[in-house]
Amino acid sequence: MAEAEESVNNLSEDFLTITVGKQLFGIPVLQVQDVLRAQDVTKIPLAPPEIAGSLNLRGRIVTAVDVRRCLSMPDKEAGQNSMSVVVEHNEELFSLIIDNVGDVLRLEKADFERNPGTLDPAWRDLSTGIYQLEKSLLIIMDVSKLLENIG
Amino acid sequence: MDDLIVEFITETNESLEELDIDLVNLEKNPNDEDLLGKIFRLVHTIKGTCGFLSLPRLEKVAHHAENVLGKFRDGVLDVTPDYVTLIFESIDQIKFIVNTIEETGAEPDGNDAGLIAKLDAAYEGKVLLDDGTMKDSTGAETPSAPPSEEEKPKATAAPKQERNLAPGDATMDELEAAFANTPGMEGIVNPSDTAEEETDTVEASEEEETTPIETAEEPSKTDSSKTASKPKTNKTLRVSVDVLEDLMTMVSELVLTRNQLLQILRAQGETEFSTPLQRLSHVVSELQEGVMKTRMQPVGNAWSKLPRIIRDLSLELDKKIELIMTGNETELDRQILEMIKDPLTHMVRNSGDHGIETPAERIAAGKSETGTIRLDAFHEGGHIIIRIADDGKGLAVDKIKAKILQNELATKEEIDNMSMQQIQQFIFAAGFSTAAAVTAVSGRGVGMDVVRTNIEKIGGSIELKSEEGKGSTFIIKIPLTLAIVSALVVEAGGERFAIPQLAVRELVMVSEHGDNRVEYIKGSPVFRLRDRLLPLVSLSSILGLGEKHSLQKGERDPPPPTISADDENIDNTDTSSESTGFKHKSKNLYLVITEVAGYEFGIIVDRVFDTEEIVVKPVAQILKGLTLFSGNTILGDGSVIMILDPNGIANVTGNANMSEDLDAMQQQKAYKSTADKKTSLLIFNVGDKTPKAVPLALVARLENIKAEDIEYSSGQMTVQYRGALMPLIPFNPSVSIEEEDDKPVLVFADKEQSLGIIVDEIVDIIEEHVDIQLSAQQGGLLGSAIINGVATDIVDITYFLNSVNHDWFKDHDDTPYKSSADGEHVGDKKRVLLIDDSSFFRNMLTPLLSMAGYDVTSLEAPSEALQMCEDGVLFDVIVSDIEMPDMDGFEFAQKIKQDNGKWANTPIIALSSHATPQDIERGIEVGFTNYVAKFDKDTLLHTLSQTLTEN
Repeated sequence: MAEAEESVNNLSEDFLTITVGKQLFGIPVLQVQDVLRAQDVTKIPLAPPEIAGSLNLRGRIVTAVDVRRCLSMPDKEAGQNSMSVVVEHNEELFSLIIDNVGDVLRLEKADFERNPGTLDPAWRDLSTGIYQLEKSLLIIMDVSKLLENIG
Repeated sequence: MDDLIVEFITETNESLEELDIDLVNLEKNPNDEDLLGKIFRLVHTIKGTCGFLSLPRLEKVAHHAENVLGKFRDGVLDVTPDYVTLIFESIDQIKFIVNTIEETGAEPDGNDAGLIAKLDAAYEGKVLLDDGTMKDSTGAETPSAPPSEEEKPKATAAPKQERNLAPGDATMDELEAAFANTPGMEGIVNPSDTAEEETDTVEASEEEETTPIETAEEPSKTDSSKTASKPKTNKTLRVSVDVLEDLMTMVSELVLTRNQLLQILRAQGETEFSTPLQRLSHVVSELQEGVMKTRMQPVGNAWSKLPRIIRDLSLELDKKIELIMTGNETELDRQILEMIKDPLTHMVRNSGDHGIETPAERIAAGKSETGTIRLDAFHEGGHIIIRIADDGKGLAVDKIKAKILQNELATKEEIDNMSMQQIQQFIFAAGFSTAAAVTAVSGRGVGMDVVRTNIEKIGGSIELKSEEGKGSTFIIKIPLTLAIVSALVVEAGGERFAIPQLAVRELVMVSEHGDNRVEYIKGSPVFRLRDRLLPLVSLSSILGLGEKHSLQKGERDPPPPTISADDENIDNTDTSSESTGFKHKSKNLYLVITEVAGYEFGIIVDRVFDTEEIVVKPVAQILKGLTLFSGNTILGDGSVIMILDPNGIANVTGNANMSEDLDAMQQQKAYKSTADKKTSLLIFNVGDKTPKAVPLALVARLENIKAEDIEYSSGQMTVQYRGALMPLIPFNPSVSIEEEDDKPVLVFADKEQSLGIIVDEIVDIIEEHVDIQLSAQQGGLLGSAIINGVATDIVDITYFLNSVNHDWFKDHDDTPYKSSADGEHVGDKKRVLLIDDSSFFRNMLTPLLSMAGYDVTSLEAPSEALQMCEDGVLFDVIVSDIEMPDMDGFEFAQKIKQDNGKWANTPIIALSSHATPQDIERGIEVGFTNYVAKFDKDTLLHTLSQTLTEN
């Protein structure tokens, strides 16, 4: 993320906002490779529950991760829409299955805050910090941590 | 030409070419340490290799040059221009010799006395002054060696030596001709001209090359011209591995795209694209093959260093070892070759170090002084087999046991229950070395586990066979290539999976009813495939898709064939309750018979699709823990599919006793030994509740005989059976026949004779190890064993044959040669070889002897036995029939005794129905230890134990 910040500018950073459950999350835009609609996913038996399966993204095999499960949220109801955000981690591609994708926001670094101490430790572990937006709070997702915590 | 020499030349040429550029720099910067070091290393390497390849002339030049270069490198001598010249001269001479070797396969005649004298002078450090004169006089020195005339231009051209690489390329004849045509060597040609001319006319005008002497100003140009002229001698092109890898990746993608297109085409039916697509498909296949070929290397590359290693090893350890290698040319994917190189080296070293004994030990063990290590490579069914066999001392099982205990890898009790094979497998455990002392060579205990890991990493397997005192054999089985494999696509639990075709032996369709059905032993599915009982695993249950699978049946849209199958067999759905763990639906299932390291098992799948060429892609790091998968891939339809790892599945099958099965299978295949082998047993009920079992092999047929058909002749129950009277014996004499309509009868037959035993009910056929736990209290029973979890009486058929029907052995009318009270068999398992042409007797005696605690190997003909004798298999005692076709027992005994072979001291017991005193006498004469009547079980057992005690 350090490089990402520098390459934009030193004062602000762009985030892709996503929703999981009712919560708004932000992923640094430079980490995002792709945004996909719901894809056919091949299930991987015996894989950790967070792994939804794998899918073919233009000839590359991408591991799909169910973010709801990573965040210990209940599974989506049937028929509910989902989207995917493709990120790269350790030279492998992951497709994060989330509920919806929102805008890209440019946020001032000065506004970045640490997580409140009362945040669920599981969540605190998966985020770097928080931005206070007008209507809601934006939790910045630590994608690497999220993926490393699987399994 | 020797492969090693070719490789050496190619490498040396490459290094020399590189040096050309550096040499020029050397001229400008004579004391460049790096450069001198580089030249020194090259010359040093050449010297070293030459010694090995026996190229004395080259070695000599290199050796002397190295001496001088060493002084430069160490700074003892300053590099003056004169010395630079000398270095050039040496390099050129090396080039010349190397080129000649390349062309003719041998070193050029003549010697390099002049050059060597100069080098030696330089080595002394006293040549500075007369070196200048030497330069001029070189031409005069060399003519003393007439055939090496081409040295002259070199010598003359000394100041600009690089130029002379080219002459070396020319053949002697060409050069000589060139000499004749060229008035003098002094003519200075414009360097750029030479360069151009050379590039343009390399093939045709070799003359140009004899004259070139250029100024130092244009070195790079000449270099390039030289490189350009290279293809003339090099038919091969060195391409960076990266390029090949990239190419391979692209071809892989191309294959995938082709597959997708074909898939689409299939759905479309006939379109205008069909033809071009077909053509594309072919071209892609060819391209794939071609690119694969570029990755193939002879396996000899991996072991070219082994002879040297063995040579050093034998010197170091004072052993005599011969290394025999066959199949060098067997080709293998580069990547795989790289990965097996080290394991192979390690194993050969091991064989030499641990396996082969010292000459003294070998002689003491009755072997030839020189130990042999054999290395064979060959193709077998899509695999490469590499076999490393030595005739050394084999694995010392006791040492391994001690080591197991020491390392706490297993408890004493566990070890006691293990087969030889299982114990031997421990050498693959981490940190396991039985070498008492760590030698420089091996014994560090980081060996075999790494070997196994490496081999398994590339989808291969390793087997071990070892017999103490005889040697060890390792068999490595590896796939031809890793990148693109053919895979069978199957479906289980609604998901598709790919199984590498290499592991698949065959496909069997099974149905709920009919002959091909899955049976259950205590809930574990098994399948009878041509006499063999295969363990089965359900793919959906090992993948945890089992329950979901049956639930999904309705909801998910199952593939059409499944639906129809379901519809037809709805009434059978309830049968699934009989199985535990595996819920098989009442429809056709498929068994993918898979073989891993000689262990065969069946994978139950719901459907089988096509085979498809797939590109194995590694699974994401996050999934690395899933041992059931070896990778994943994208199918033609664009979907991702997991590739199953047969090794992983074999492990998951709870296959702890795999090696035991393996052992058994091998023995079964090889010599039908009954040790550790499961016996097919026919289970039947009669009278009391205890099930009875008789070896199935003994039973000729099962019949149902109606009570009214039973007749009595002289008090003996008989039935007309196949045009003859067959005596019938009720197993339980108290049972009354009349009240029942049909009675199952076990028919035993040998030659013309048959005998029926009436039983109440035939229950099942089960394959099981027979281990008699309780000896029998009752006539007609051998004892009790646990079969299928139930205490079962093992029936002694001989009792019935003997006691009830005296006519049974009318062909073999004999009385026991020696009769005595029951002999108790003592000691551990003795190996008995049983030879009888009658399968009935073999089948009868084999279980009998096995049950008495012998390890029985039964053979049909003496010739097979003699073969085994030659193979060095040893037995404690041989039991042989006398009347046999081809070779009778007498002749067999004579053969064994007279050849003074390995079996000369093994006691032989004659087993015969003919026991006239003359026969007995003759038997003793030819070497039989004893003579026993065929059907006399007790005497046979007694004689066996007595014979064994005596010997």
